Amino acid sequence: MAVAPVQRQAASPAAGSIETRHMFLNIGPSHPAMHGIVQLVTELDGERVVGADVEIGYLHRCFEKHAEASPYNNVIPYTDRLNYVSPLINNFGFCLAVERLMDIQVTERCQYIRTIMSEVSRITDHLTCVGASAMEIGAFTVFLYMIKAREWLNELTELVTGARLTISYGRVGGVKADLPEGFAERTRARLEQIRGVLIECDTLLTRNRIFMDRMQGTGSISGERALSYGITGPFLRGSGVAFDVRKAQPYFAYDKVAFDVPTGRQGDNYDRYLVRMEEMEQSMRIIEQALAQIPDGPINVDGEGKVLPADVMVDEAKMGRVAGFKQVRVVADPTLEGATRGIRDDAVSPERRAMLPVKEDTYGNIEGLMNHFKLIMLGHGIRAPKGEYYSAVEGANGELGFYIVSDGSDRGYRVRVRPPCFMIMAALPELIIGDQVADIIPTFGSVNMIGGELDR
Amino acid sequence: MAPGRLGVDPLMSAADASRLGWMTTRLDAALGWARKFSIFQYPFVTACCGMEYMATATAHYDMDRFGAGFPRFSPRQADVLFVVGTISHKIAPVLKRVYDQMTEPKWVVAFGVCTCTGGFYDNYATVMGIDTIIPVDIYIPGCPPRPENVLDGLMKLQEKIGRGESSAQQPPAAPARPATLATPHRVEEHL
Amino acid sequence: MAHPSELLRQQFTADVLAHHAYRGQPTVLLSREALPSAARFLKDTPGLDFNVLMDLTAVDYLTFGKAQSSAPRLATPSPLPYYMTPKASAETWERGVSNDQYRFEVVYHFYSTALNHRLRVKVPVAAAEPSVASVTSVWASANWMEREVWDLFGIMFQGHPDLRRLLLYESFQGHPLRKDYPIYKRQPLIGPKN
Repeated sequence: MAVAPVQRQAASPAAGSIETRHMFLNIGPSHPAMHGIVQLVTELDGERVVGADVEIGYLHRCFEKHAEASPYNNVIPYTDRLNYVSPLINNFGFCLAVERLMDIQVTERCQYIRTIMSEVSRITDHLTCVGASAMEIGAFTVFLYMIKAREWLNELTELVTGARLTISYGRVGGVKADLPEGFAERTRARLEQIRGVLIECDTLLTRNRIFMDRMQGTGSISGERALSYGITGPFLRGSGVAFDVRKAQPYFAYDKVAFDVPTGRQGDNYDRYLVRMEEMEQSMRIIEQALAQIPDGPINVDGEGKVLPADVMVDEAKMGRVAGFKQVRVVADPTLEGATRGIRDDAVSPERRAMLPVKEDTYGNIEGLMNHFKLIMLGHGIRAPKGEYYSAVEGANGELGFYIVSDGSDRGYRVRVRPPCFMIMAALPELIIGDQVADIIPTFGSVNMIGGELDR
Repeated sequence: MAPGRLGVDPLMSAADASRLGWMTTRLDAALGWARKFSIFQYPFVTACCGMEYMATATAHYDMDRFGAGFPRFSPRQADVLFVVGTISHKIAPVLKRVYDQMTEPKWVVAFGVCTCTGGFYDNYATVMGIDTIIPVDIYIPGCPPRPENVLDGLMKLQEKIGRGESSAQQPPAAPARPATLATPHRVEEHL
Repeated sequence: MAHPSELLRQQFTADVLAHHAYRGQPTVLLSREALPSAARFLKDTPGLDFNVLMDLTAVDYLTFGKAQSSAPRLATPSPLPYYMTPKASAETWERGVSNDQYRFEVVYHFYSTALNHRLRVKVPVAAAEPSVASVTSVWASANWMEREVWDLFGIMFQGHPDLRRLLLYESFQGHPLRKDYPIYKRQPLIGPKN
């Protein structure tokens, strides 16, 4: 493909009578440090970068077109694959946008569940980002430690949602299933272990001479310039601007928990690394507070606490013997741990225009069956009113916005994702021009480019 | 012809040929054993499957104990091409070029359902399965595949390497699917 | 809060085609001739202070409301349970301009870090000559976002320093996010033939 006009600086005057020319170096798209597939065409004057052009779009998977062709709940698997290291935040961001468009309130327990799982996702994202960028600088041990910590979080996610990575957990009006029993204790234990891992990595990196030399002073950007580029998230906070959507326009349960928003000073890679490390600690603080505050939903169990297997329940319902179902706890599918849960307590919105009825209603009475049919079958489904809404959540990279235009049918007319790392990648030429080739790697690592989000 | 790539001279006498055939079989088996436990992979990582690739390569599900823990980011030095994640039309020529630059013997692993058949990305920008572009040895489905699934695929790849088979040299019997399919049947077309 | 859109409407009364605050989000429809001066006004005026262009996108209203999917209709309608009827809502939403006259709409989302308020500005664009002025000189974030809108919708931005495709390759034919481009349309393969 043709090399596009690059941003240039004036060539440095040659010393003596040596004639020098700039060299064009192509980095990527298939490159270990490109976090996926991004192409950087750089113009070099020796080791110094004087021009750069970023070529993206190698992972364009037509999310917005698919979202126009799929009903609202069918879009959720596509949102998983946007920012695939923090998929829960994407899920809940999309669900929040549709809910606000439809003017649905979710229950308080659901807000807390979404807060907890969003923060778990945020920690996995920061672990991957810091670990991968440390590995590219040469600190392979830190990468292994952080991926070990990420595995623990993947196990927790699997307990709740049934899958490790692409979880499709959010639903319009709630979540797929409630938190399992014993989740709080296991999470607290794991968070203590993750704190230990973070202390180890901190000891290895933060006062490390090589790390500091490579990360300090490289990839600097000022706060005003970052705002002009529309940069948000830890990248902006590293430059000193304390803008966090969770504080500015709180959603879910973020106004009920106390947490700090760390900011840096110089806006270089080192400050952003410190901001991310501190944000992980703040996320753990949020999770612990939320676990303490989460309201217990009423569990539909009577004094006996009888448990009924699902197939028995279905058979009984077919015979019409549905008396007492509401007082019986049903185990929907005992085969896959974490994949299903018993009856959902208070974790879903009571709004029957959007949320599926609980299973004992679906199988137990005709109204539940009709309700389920009207929400699931193709051509029926959740109907949002005609309108538009832009809702923003704080993704791990910055403000993740969903702009949905609806024409009253069962699918979005236009679903736009405002990707946070898109803005940062647009600023990448400005970040690396003036630095050396070797500084591209830590700068690119602290951009935390996620291909699924960038190219959608 | 004796099996394996060390061909036997057809003008040799029958007795010599049978002895040489025994030796080449043993040699092939030894080569296969050595190759399957020293896999140098080229991870062509594009998308979400990369996260599970990372998880398989590190602490809990260590690929290194299979001998496959050493990624080589140059196609000249690699022998297994792990295509991890969705391949779009924009990156397809790059993939083909990387594959062509790899030296024989080489194997290709299609990691994740997007590389096997395109996944649920049935749209204008996705290549519906990389076997429309390059021959594939092992298909690991999943979106993304669990690390256990990946290790299972890796072990099947090791068996294949041990047998000395490679789709680079023995293209699959069935013709490759054309990359441009006719408009597929869509369930919602009546809506 | 209607306040941010009020200042804008007072300044550009002749160019405001419509305005509303559906679900509490102030929105102003502006004619495209007023866009360059409105952009400067939004950034520099003390009461507005929109220093961040959060999002720039476009919407194609070609098939708006024309039954993308339809549930089978009952021959003899009977009283429906409540969840089959739309939720009663006091607010309704209308686009503000006709879909036939203006096929596209370029949507800008602004945010002010100093005053913590947001505004949406929509610029309707006719299909015959889809182009608007570029706001790259005011906010640097517009650069790539306008390139993406050009790539996926085919709307040109006059004054953009480097308008070329961003997400798709150069030999791609068409603008895929338009409503008349089917999602499963196959493009010719580029590069080596399979």
